[in-house]
Amino acid sequence: MYAYDELDRTLINERVEEFRDQVKRRLSGELTEDEFKMLRLQNGVYLQLHAYMFRVAIPYGTLSSKQLRRLAHVARRYDRGYGHFTTRQNIQFNWIKLAELPDALADLAEVGIHAMQTSGNNTRNVTSDQWAGVAPGEIEDPRIWSELIRQYTTLHPEFSFLPRKFKFAITASAHDRAAIKVHDIGLRLHKNAEGETGFEVLVGGGLGRTPFIGKTIKPYVAGRDLLSYVEAILRVYNQYGRRDNIYKARIKILVHELGIEKFASEVEEEWLAMRDSALTLDQAVVEDVRSRFSYPAYEKLPHMPEELKKAAHDPFFERWRKNSVFTHKVQGYAIVTLSLKPVGGPPGDATADQMDAVADLADKYSFGEIRVGHEQNLALPHVAKRDLPALWKALDKIGLATPNINLVSDIIACPGLDYCSLANARSIPIAQELTRRFANHDTAELIGRLHINISGCINACGHHHVGHIGILGVEKNDEEFYQITIGGRADENAEVGKLIGPAVPYGEVADVVEDIVEAYLALRARPDELFVDTVKRLGVEPFRERVYATR
Amino acid sequence: MPLVKQGRIATDSFVHVGDGAELPGDGAVLVSAARFLEDPQALLQRAGKLGVIWPNNRDVDDLVPWLDRLAAVALVFPTFRDGRAYSQARLLRERHGYDGELRATGQVLRDQFVFMLRAGFNAFEVKKESDAEAFAATIQRYSVFYQPTGDGRVTALHRRMQQRHSESAGQ
Repeated sequence: MYAYDELDRTLINERVEEFRDQVKRRLSGELTEDEFKMLRLQNGVYLQLHAYMFRVAIPYGTLSSKQLRRLAHVARRYDRGYGHFTTRQNIQFNWIKLAELPDALADLAEVGIHAMQTSGNNTRNVTSDQWAGVAPGEIEDPRIWSELIRQYTTLHPEFSFLPRKFKFAITASAHDRAAIKVHDIGLRLHKNAEGETGFEVLVGGGLGRTPFIGKTIKPYVAGRDLLSYVEAILRVYNQYGRRDNIYKARIKILVHELGIEKFASEVEEEWLAMRDSALTLDQAVVEDVRSRFSYPAYEKLPHMPEELKKAAHDPFFERWRKNSVFTHKVQGYAIVTLSLKPVGGPPGDATADQMDAVADLADKYSFGEIRVGHEQNLALPHVAKRDLPALWKALDKIGLATPNINLVSDIIACPGLDYCSLANARSIPIAQELTRRFANHDTAELIGRLHINISGCINACGHHHVGHIGILGVEKNDEEFYQITIGGRADENAEVGKLIGPAVPYGEVADVVEDIVEAYLALRARPDELFVDTVKRLGVEPFRERVYATR
Repeated sequence: MPLVKQGRIATDSFVHVGDGAELPGDGAVLVSAARFLEDPQALLQRAGKLGVIWPNNRDVDDLVPWLDRLAAVALVFPTFRDGRAYSQARLLRERHGYDGELRATGQVLRDQFVFMLRAGFNAFEVKKESDAEAFAATIQRYSVFYQPTGDGRVTALHRRMQQRHSESAGQ
């Protein structure tokens, strides 16, 4: 956990007071809606179909139990008793009242949570691996650098009015759980030939209307130079990114239009003019931030405790353990993922009661710490293996032990037309129907790892381009239609999925997905060939034939 | 449109002169970049101070050769949502050493004052009277800053280091 100091606390309190004043001026009519819009967006407040939506940042996906309880409080006190975890380590509340927002923000600020820059054309919440600090084989904890970037990008005087939104993601593991290749800037911690730790910097990834996989702009940037290099990228983008067309304003378009070599040389020139500046991160400064992350005092525990051996006789426990429990870097401990994808439920939602219960379980079993991943699930990062059976029982009681992590019903979906004013089509009911179709665990396990992503419009909040199966809602003659892509992925081998054929109406989406899955089961070379690998090997064609033969 | 300088509403000593309009014989004037670049020497030889309104889509490099002879540079915010002039301001101040008046023009509103100050602006053509009146109070909203810029405010990172040093010195 990162502990705020007096300076961090002061800044977010000052931001709350500024926003309180802005809301007051809007309510009195002193600010027009046009003037207020950007100000509220800069603090995470959207106007949705039914009400204001409030998006709160969970930087690099780390929460304390105290913070999670406060999110539950906000859900209960200011909303309708639940929240929605997003694909970018944020939580959204859908029914908030404008006049009450400053109080909600003040309540959150008391525990070091803010909503700064969770929307608007500025640098957004910095996301990272939800297993940061506990994943085996990690180079180092990427949250130290995430926090440095969080501070650097917060209320930046030069980059608060960029051409468009701007997202950072950081990973320090060989397996990328942070989807860095589909971010405006992706950072991968690695060691260079001399054994020094630094960053591979990727730029220009993104989804939306025009999906691009990020390209490497510099293979190695030393930690001391990270902020100056990032500033050089942002400065080039701020000046030359397009502002004439909202759909061409992301940095990915600038990188594409200039070409990565030309863009890289512009950045290099800018960087060389300023690399030795106040932005240089001295070792002492980095260590100071590092020192404010606290780590659990792990016990020396056996790899296979008695409790676990005993529980192995329970097939339901075993099913859950095999699916939702992952290897921890410390012997005797495990990382436990909590599925927010119950059969028939909206993906990523949690009730206030569930949040409180998870906070209690985190105190009891995970050193008071919770993580939030971009797959819209939670995780307890430091669970002693001997506690797994007890934890499982407790999670099952509150509906958070669905053993479907990484399986076909672990669906990523945006809120869609049920909430969002941008959407063309519904996402949640499609996800709900699919979880019912694939509710049988044995079938889901037979299918294996398969990520379905659903977006209700081209803005791609459900990251459909990088779903193994991607579902995109469109509108055709006032009806909801869905385009379906296959073969996308968001990890270190990120790829944009390919369209399988013409869009299908709402009522047929689940059937089509079932057909695709059946085709895969028939086509796969071996039981352990993943769906996405079969698509890679065979291409779209055999799937297309199967799906459209009878349509 | 009120002008704010040194934290207060001030009289504007500069006259905006349009591209076709005749220049007054003396007195301070602000002219467009296009007019200035047509014949910089002639304008600079004129009696009276000269300021240039520089558009936000033109590289400030073209202005750099003349900076030490200009009394003011005005940068433009066509809407407050267009942030290009923040980069131009920092480049003029921090890279090219410009220390004259740096004026924000266009849709200049209260909620951007702190950003503008931090980027190096020291004069503000404020859109609304009420915002201009609130200038002094508004710029005190924040006491903590995370980024180093040319305005000299000490960043949080460095304040922490100073605190550490003074703590260890006191032990």
